[in-house]
Amino acid sequence: MTELTTIPATVQTIISALQDKPGALLPILHAIQDKLGYIPTDSVPAIAKALNLSRAEVHGVISFYHYFRDTAPGKQTIHVCRAESCQAVGGKHLENHIKESLGIDYHETTQDGKFSLEPVYCLGNCACSPAIQIGHEVYGRVSPDNFDSIINETEELA
Amino acid sequence: MSITLYVPCDSTAVSIGADRVAKAIAKEAEKRNITIRLVRNGSRGLYWLEPLVEVLTEEGRKAYGPVQVTDVASLFDANFTEGGAHPLYLGLTEELDYLKNQQRLTFARIGITDPVSLDDYIKLDGYKGLGNALNQSQAEIVKAVTDSGLRGRGGAAFPTGIKWNTVLNTPSEQKYIICNADEGDSGTFSDRMVMEGDPFVLIEGMTIAGIAVGATQGYIYLRVEYPHAHIALNTAIQKAYEAGYLGNDIQGSGKAFHLEVRLGAGAYVCGEETSLMESLEGKRGLVRFKPPLPAISGLFGKPTVVNNVISLASVPIILDKGGEYYRDFGMGRSRGTLPLQLAGNLKRTGLVEVAFGMTLRELLYDFGGGSASGRPIKAVQVGGPLGSYLPESQFDTPLDYEAFAANWTVLGHGGVVVFDDTANMAELARYNMEFCAAESCGKCTPCRIGSTRGYEVMDDILAGKELGKNIPLLRDLCNTLLNGSLCALGGMTPYPVLSALNHFPEDFGLTENVKAA
Repeated sequence: MTELTTIPATVQTIISALQDKPGALLPILHAIQDKLGYIPTDSVPAIAKALNLSRAEVHGVISFYHYFRDTAPGKQTIHVCRAESCQAVGGKHLENHIKESLGIDYHETTQDGKFSLEPVYCLGNCACSPAIQIGHEVYGRVSPDNFDSIINETEELA
Repeated sequence: MSITLYVPCDSTAVSIGADRVAKAIAKEAEKRNITIRLVRNGSRGLYWLEPLVEVLTEEGRKAYGPVQVTDVASLFDANFTEGGAHPLYLGLTEELDYLKNQQRLTFARIGITDPVSLDDYIKLDGYKGLGNALNQSQAEIVKAVTDSGLRGRGGAAFPTGIKWNTVLNTPSEQKYIICNADEGDSGTFSDRMVMEGDPFVLIEGMTIAGIAVGATQGYIYLRVEYPHAHIALNTAIQKAYEAGYLGNDIQGSGKAFHLEVRLGAGAYVCGEETSLMESLEGKRGLVRFKPPLPAISGLFGKPTVVNNVISLASVPIILDKGGEYYRDFGMGRSRGTLPLQLAGNLKRTGLVEVAFGMTLRELLYDFGGGSASGRPIKAVQVGGPLGSYLPESQFDTPLDYEAFAANWTVLGHGGVVVFDDTANMAELARYNMEFCAAESCGKCTPCRIGSTRGYEVMDDILAGKELGKNIPLLRDLCNTLLNGSLCALGGMTPYPVLSALNHFPEDFGLTENVKAA
């Protein structure tokens, strides 16, 4: 994780590299979140200034999109698919198991800071439901049992 | 003969172990001192057999699957690199019924090649369509697409040629081509398969569209949930630039087309074309009023073609083989083929591209093999989260836009999600309202407020409270959403909700059948 003091410089570098693109705001927000894991609230004024927007407009965009977050996530974010195909093959049971075993609900982070939990509406993995995503990796046909082993593997890697 | 093996790099195949299998095969081959060429191809779309390993033999490609890491040593023992017998041996890939009984036009190459190999793409007829387009006038290209009968595969089924013609005939110094790759509909994955499995076909389709209407800039608006597709597209775009298939002078024609991938950020509503354009412009994804149509005033106020991935990926074969070739597939006003995606509780899930006209029942049982659980199929949701649930009595509906519309159902993007008899349709209806509430852009009141009131009413119905009052209230609310919403999100959420209520009233606690809405 990047040190807090270097955040403004990181954000400024990203803004300078992307601000001249047409419709630059989403690319800038993605780049910041890719780098820092979230979009710090104190980066909003700099973004607003560079794009000639109000801070409210930038905040409005960040808060509109489910994917953007303004607080630091856990080391790993687990996205759990809640959509119909996953529901058709035990998705709800899996959801409950995941919440129970991590001891958190959606939009929360475990106390040890290892995992954040987010819902997602379809990962396009519907031919092998139920599906979850950890980082960029998608896991298919996830049962409560193999969720536990996926988590153990992920913890070992972390 | 050198040994060539194929293990898919498709993200669904990877989600059930394809990367681990590929590594294990490479390691085992090294251990046994066998030289192999390991190709990471796209998926054939026979997902219940993934990870599907193929071996190139003199007779053709032979398939083994589903292969797990623990099977790898025994496959080598059985001499599978020469096509040897093994319990996982399935036969020649092309002869597998599931594949053989399809008409793959848009998906012709997917699963065969290394997706980001431009050489492979060109060897298998890639860029023939663009070659023809470069020798035609803009009007001729648009005419070929119009003649093909291609309709928007994103769900709305608007004739693609008419859209292109409007943009062609709207004068402007700048026009845009947008590919809507925000495939958020649950139960759908055909766009993902194209982008991961054959990204060049999308790039070629967009380039042809740009030349046809006079647009020099294209954007692929890709959902952030598809990181594998993002990498494949960017790799392919870079190669296309290097080989002169994108840029200021496409293949020496003097014509320019530039292409860039932009990521969405998890908002389902951004699959709606005007909301998508707001998002591309860097704003909240609020739906715009229409008119003006995007074809007249779209991205940054300029004439814009917005087409779905499958629509654009179908263009190269139309320009290669002619509009008539494509039109000869299909029925009625639904011409060509539709890639259907079999998902949920089915034995044989996967991608089935067939000409319009087959019945849903044939799709579910002949291809899908019935439910995975072995229990009776209770309901099938076709067309994503805004599509109706079809009960068994509607399974003989042919896959055709008009036949589906006549049943108050939609084909949409071709997603087919199957539920067995353990599904509670009232709980699903509650979920549909909750989904609408979570994803509403908030611009129009029926969708923003109606969806929240909707799941509250559903909570009362599920608790069995005052059904005589709450069921009419739910219908009334659905009526407001249907007629008063600005876009399809609010306007079509009643499709799953009311179809669940009408066909499965017992799940809502009603003992006698209720009349259709």
